[in-house]
Amino acid sequence: MWVYEKKLQYPVRVSKCDPRMAKFLTEQYGGADGELSAALRYLNQRYTIPDKVIGLLTDIGTEEFAHLEMIATMIYKLTKDATPEQLIAVGLGPHYANHDHALYYENAGGVPWTAAYIQAKGDPLADLYEDIAAEEKARATYQWLIDMTDDVDLQDSLKFLREREIVHSLRFKEAVEIIKADRDTKKVF
Amino acid sequence: MSSRAQIDENYYKKLEELQQLDFALVELTLYLDTHPNDMQALQQFNQLAQQRHQCAFHFEAQYGPLLQYGHSYSKYPWQWAESPWPWQV
Repeated sequence: MWVYEKKLQYPVRVSKCDPRMAKFLTEQYGGADGELSAALRYLNQRYTIPDKVIGLLTDIGTEEFAHLEMIATMIYKLTKDATPEQLIAVGLGPHYANHDHALYYENAGGVPWTAAYIQAKGDPLADLYEDIAAEEKARATYQWLIDMTDDVDLQDSLKFLREREIVHSLRFKEAVEIIKADRDTKKVF
Repeated sequence: MSSRAQIDENYYKKLEELQQLDFALVELTLYLDTHPNDMQALQQFNQLAQQRHQCAFHFEAQYGPLLQYGHSYSKYPWQWAESPWPWQV
């Protein structure tokens, strides 16, 4: 089971109301390489991956939910004081018409999250290579997001998340080596 | 309402201390998942876990429960459902 902890993994502060950035950040909330996709991808792959890497998928998958909450906090703080006019001005009129100030699992273009974003091949190497690619794509997205804001408080939290992608990618690469070593051992008679 | 902890300068300081300890523990957890035989990392993990337990205990005594389903205690009245939630601070 899971136990919720009433704190963020890392502080999230924003220095201004900025619905424009909130719209872009939605990519990491409900986009293909976003935190929701990441959490669901890893936690779903656990059941059929070799025992030696189940722990890693469980722990990274769980950390992704902490990142999802950080992104949600950013979006919430950046939009909570925005007027309908401000939301319309940055292209969030359709979002407001459907959701008011509520968050929604969609990408920056407003396309709802879909399970088609995640794969489960049942082949441990295929699954882990997908996970590595997902981390690298998320890292790139965080860089583009950092580049688009001058809010140093927001940048600080985004840089933390960018670094986590790098660590996750590294751990998944190590998991690939563990799987390969295990496979090779089994071939020796 | 009266039992609600005050969100002051000290709240952010103590919260950040806990976040720092927890960050090291998340890092060590993932590292140990792929390096289970690293004794030094394991010792550091267990030492920090103990430190984290103390830090969280003091934080909760002052600002209320961090976990529920029985993993944290509560004063009267039930503190868990009280604000603020993490995105509100």
